[in-house]
Amino acid sequence: MTEMRWDVAPGDRPSIPASEQNASSGFLVYTLGLLLAVILTVTSFWVANTSAIWAPGVPAGLTVLAIAQMGVHLVFFLHITTGPDSSHNVLALAFGVLIVFLVLAGSLVIMANLNENMMVHSELMNLQMQR
Amino acid sequence: MNVAVEMDAVRRSALLNLSEAGPAPKRVIAGFGFWTFLLSDIVMFSALFASYAVLAKATAGGLTGVQLFDQRNVAMETALLLLSSYTCGMMSLAINSRRYLATFLGAVATFLLGAAFLALELREFQGMIALGATPQRSAFLSAFFTLVGSHGLHVTVGLAWLVLMMVQLSLRGFQDVVVRRLHCFSLFWHALDIIWVLIFTIVYLMGVLP
Repeated sequence: MTEMRWDVAPGDRPSIPASEQNASSGFLVYTLGLLLAVILTVTSFWVANTSAIWAPGVPAGLTVLAIAQMGVHLVFFLHITTGPDSSHNVLALAFGVLIVFLVLAGSLVIMANLNENMMVHSELMNLQMQR
Repeated sequence: MNVAVEMDAVRRSALLNLSEAGPAPKRVIAGFGFWTFLLSDIVMFSALFASYAVLAKATAGGLTGVQLFDQRNVAMETALLLLSSYTCGMMSLAINSRRYLATFLGAVATFLLGAAFLALELREFQGMIALGATPQRSAFLSAFFTLVGSHGLHVTVGLAWLVLMMVQLSLRGFQDVVVRRLHCFSLFWHALDIIWVLIFTIVYLMGVLP
């Protein structure tokens, strides 16, 4: 049982003592994750195609659903938890998320700003491209 | 709930301070290293996502996403990849309890579902190219093929890796090194599914909104 003393590797089940660990609990975790992911995916497709939701709110709704589903995948499939034995993995993930956010938000803001301030040029480009 | 709290206390006390614990076992180091690689891969994908989001409207008078994307096809691709992630999880469980037959069955199911996903994606690309929507037609299409194609390339690499691991498993059995590699493979496969969640949301669902 020396392994219990270490951080868990990402994807490892949290280090529950062997006496508590039964074969069905892992199966249950994956099945629950699959169910949640299916529900979120179906909801995403429904949100994109329905007219019951205020149209400008749809992208925000889809974003929330996607983030929720990524969370489900991280917890149920990759077993990244907030437990004390998984802190290195969570910290690495937090750094990754920070970089992803900087790359995405930075590119989008800068390019939107450029587009706005170079309207004439972009219109010219469109004229040239439309044969 | 009391039991859960007590369990947590047991786990906490079982965890030594870092200064007392000494070097971590190889399994933990390999897993953490591969997790770091996966995060860097996700950072690379974020750059592709950013360029797609910037160029999504730059269709240059060519076909747009609304005309090209078939939601039924995307829903089927999503279902296939999600199921293959699930069977990959089943394979991990079988590996943990060292069951050969269940591991091979899980691997076969994962491979077939992944290959079906890839076939659907290639058919979709073929249909788009037949309509004249090639990568060189517009900036939007260049970004689309780069982003979705990179994901497809990752899936292809994953499938090849899975075959390789099954060969290793049948030759060498459940050696530590083989189990570590299988563990890294399952991390890789689940991470690909996470990226696909973003692709179907941002590219296919948001791309067809009016």
